[in-house]
Amino acid sequence: MSYYITHALVYIYKRNTIKYSFKANYMSIKEKVLDFFKRKDKVSAGGGQKAIEKQMSMGKLTARERVLALCDKGSFHEYDLFVEHSCKDFGMDSKVLNADGVITGTGTIHGRPICIFAQDFTVAGGSLGLAHARKITKIMDHAIKLKIPLIGINDSGGARIQEGVNSLAGYGEIFYRNTQASGLIPQISVILGPCAGGAVYSPALTDFVFVVDKISKMFITGPEVIKTVLGEEISMEDLGGAKVHTHITGNAHFFAQNELECFESIKKLMSFLPWNNIDKAVKKLPKPPKSAYNINKVVPADPKMPYDVRDVMKALVDDSEFFEVQEHFAANIVIGFARINGDVVGLIGNQPLVLAGVLDVDSSDKLARFIRYCDSFNIPLITLVDLPGYLPGIDQEHMGVIRHGAKILYSYSEATVPKITVILRKAYGGGYIAMCSRHLGADFVYAWPTAEIAVMGAEGAANIIFRSDIMNSDNPEKTREEKVEEYKEKFANPYVAASNGHVDAVVAPEETRELLVHALQVSQLKEEVHISKKHGVSPF
Amino acid sequence: MTNENENKQPAKLIIDDTTYETTYTEKYQQRKQYEPENPKHIKAFIPGVVRSINVRLGQHISEGDMLLILEAMKMENRLLAPVSGTIKEILVEKEQMVPKHHLLIVLE
Repeated sequence: MSYYITHALVYIYKRNTIKYSFKANYMSIKEKVLDFFKRKDKVSAGGGQKAIEKQMSMGKLTARERVLALCDKGSFHEYDLFVEHSCKDFGMDSKVLNADGVITGTGTIHGRPICIFAQDFTVAGGSLGLAHARKITKIMDHAIKLKIPLIGINDSGGARIQEGVNSLAGYGEIFYRNTQASGLIPQISVILGPCAGGAVYSPALTDFVFVVDKISKMFITGPEVIKTVLGEEISMEDLGGAKVHTHITGNAHFFAQNELECFESIKKLMSFLPWNNIDKAVKKLPKPPKSAYNINKVVPADPKMPYDVRDVMKALVDDSEFFEVQEHFAANIVIGFARINGDVVGLIGNQPLVLAGVLDVDSSDKLARFIRYCDSFNIPLITLVDLPGYLPGIDQEHMGVIRHGAKILYSYSEATVPKITVILRKAYGGGYIAMCSRHLGADFVYAWPTAEIAVMGAEGAANIIFRSDIMNSDNPEKTREEKVEEYKEKFANPYVAASNGHVDAVVAPEETRELLVHALQVSQLKEEVHISKKHGVSPF
Repeated sequence: MTNENENKQPAKLIIDDTTYETTYTEKYQQRKQYEPENPKHIKAFIPGVVRSINVRLGQHISEGDMLLILEAMKMENRLLAPVSGTIKEILVEKEQMVPKHHLLIVLE
């Protein structure tokens, strides 16, 4: 009997211990989930209420608000929220930096997947340490593997100095991936705060840089260093504010008055972009241009008179919707995206309204980069030509307009996408060759009856060719005028070029859109094979 | 058309004897006028601080002689005479901070 009692007691004891040990060491699932939410809330809080209030007082949104504003509603999913730094020096071992100051994840824009990261200025000034950088490089690796666009929101005081060379390593690893991803997936940088020192080079390696008035600040060395080292005083805004980079340096492509406007502009841009180098941009239903844009009424017949080439563009493209890139930088060339018959094209046009539409150092840089962008992502190029040539000037020559101008020749020659050129009016000298002439591989070259394809304008040419006639004349002015007229009659037209096959067709302005639609249609399977090599040595 | 372009003053640009009606960009308007180099004008090639002046007024110097030390970016840069001549003017003092292109010494 005692045997049974003993066994029964042992049984009860064991059962209870097991039960007890459960209670002592494990929480219920519900408790665990609650604990998880608590941890998540703590880490998601960024730098805390005070830092967030300071961020907001500067007219800035928090990193999380930015990500949520950019992604489609409810689409954002975050990764690496619990990542912590492992720095032990300078008292860093006791410092907890929530999410290490950067939010990373995936989401969708226009229903299509993207990778995104946003630096959180409220956490240690968004400073970049190794863990912070590794979160960024991880999401970059995802973007590269998944072949989807990468959006980076920059708002950081710079390197986390306590981490020393590890922080520099972090930057380097980001730059490396920016370069690997270049031409493979669209990379967009949004500067929503300071972006200084080494940090500026990640945006510089990406395709499009967005800045916001009074919020974005980009420079290699800030005003304080400049003042102490050089004795020159300048405000942050004047040194590297949004306007400086969209208007003067060309480092940024899109300017916005506030963050929400900036996000709208990013979404707009993305509606024109293919998601990677194999994908095609989403085709939309074809729409005719708006009747307000009459193609016959934009371009004055006198080649010396200006007009806004964007009005020609709007008269040619679907719904007259032209999305301009780098509107304020080197405005003598206009670049941007539009749709023709529903398909996205890269539109390029000399702008007679500004500096007579000449090519110069800045416009060459702007144009060449756009050509390469479109070529990388299989976006056909349409070039509208009306330029008197290159900008004369000592400063231009000394700034190296030769090597900068060469970039245009290189990019057009290199591009294998369908290349269609329409010569609206002037196409003189080196400018004629550079603006996607037949000789650089244009597939179709059209010219309006107003086109003047020649080595230079009639005045200049007549002065050289008929110099002795003019000098020996009894009435040099009259002779000059006669000779100018003579030259104009003979050469200031598209027919000499057409007779040599340099121009495929002379077309009336109102026929242009139809021809562009056709040219794009027949070029859809275009394949151009270049000589196999590692890569060229471009004049960049 | 953007407001910026609407506000722009009409301007002229001459290319190959032809005058075009257009507007200027801000950057074009603010471009620097070219100044030919005068080898007798010794200018600061970098902003910095004059650490020492090694010549005095009226002194004859020959090409390659050290004129002064300009400290910039934590480096002591020696400014050497590009040509032989006499020191006509010294326009800076020791420990003076000078911007780039600041005229330091005039030779004769």
